[in-house]
Amino acid sequence: MKAIKMDEVQKHLDDFANEPVYIHLETTNGAYAKHFDSNAHNVGAYIRNAQIKYERGKIVESDATYRVGLKTDGWVYAEGLTDYELNEDGQLLLAGHDQVGRLMVALQISRKPFQM
Amino acid sequence: MVDYSKHEHVVVIYPHPDDESFGTSGTIINFREAEVPVTYLCGTLGEMGRNMGSPFFANRETLPKIRKQELIDACQVLDMDLVMLGYRDKTLEFEAKDEVAEHLKKHIEKLGATLVITFYPPYAVHPDHDAMGAAAFEAVRKMDEDKRPEVWATAISNNRDEMLGKPDIVVDTEPVFDRKLEAIKSHRSQAEGMLSKMRESSDFIGEYDSALQRLQYEAFYKVDVDQVNP
Repeated sequence: MKAIKMDEVQKHLDDFANEPVYIHLETTNGAYAKHFDSNAHNVGAYIRNAQIKYERGKIVESDATYRVGLKTDGWVYAEGLTDYELNEDGQLLLAGHDQVGRLMVALQISRKPFQM
Repeated sequence: MVDYSKHEHVVVIYPHPDDESFGTSGTIINFREAEVPVTYLCGTLGEMGRNMGSPFFANRETLPKIRKQELIDACQVLDMDLVMLGYRDKTLEFEAKDEVAEHLKKHIEKLGATLVITFYPPYAVHPDHDAMGAAAFEAVRKMDEDKRPEVWATAISNNRDEMLGKPDIVVDTEPVFDRKLEAIKSHRSQAEGMLSKMRESSDFIGEYDSALQRLQYEAFYKVDVDQVNP
């Protein structure tokens, strides 16, 4: 993955619009957050291979990280994205990493289901 | 002192590639040096891991393949057989425990295990750890009493001593620590973050010595599966 370039990611978001696509969306602070800090608690959510169709996808910059919103009949949203890649399977991978490279948030879009 | 050679087959049951290397690899090496076969039943490929290498080189879609190869490499370092069970990271606790237990029992029986090493639920912090340990306990519970292997369990929660007392077995891995560290470093995507954090810490005294300080001892509780809550 490489650092997000807004105009390129915007182009990819446009490419996936108005057709059925699969998404992977997750965020996590890890399974050990509370183990290392008793004041914290573990949070996380992920959804893999949900099928959606969005009419508009938009990327917005905020303090050197990015937010992406997909307008469907509802909404899909991710915040804190820093890196992206269009991989060899034509899947758009967006992720937010912390200082040491750990994944904190991911939003991925694909025309075929993500591998299970 | 542990008499390693008295065992016929050791089966290690953890959910993630690297659980075996961080927690139990010194003990595994000792069993192998006593010529006891060891098989790792590894639950998942750690598909949902947060660590992607440091600096990161994996992504959510490449991580399973990378971790699978790291697991194969680590098992080679440890001279241990490997069975990948095919569950998915972060979802083990939502599987039917009885089915997972049956699955494990088949392997345990087929391998003729005289010792099973797993996590001690609910003292293993990560939900996959607890779920895998609970299924392993259940697998042994399902066996005829005279055929059951011994069970050693790893507890890592901060309250483990308070809840369980002192561990029954403590293995000093210093004599084999170079190989333990090599096994850990086979899991490059997972170990790099920890190693770089260690290098930056104020008490850093070199990679080998600092790692030894943190990972020298491997502790286990001997478990009677009829005496713990299912």
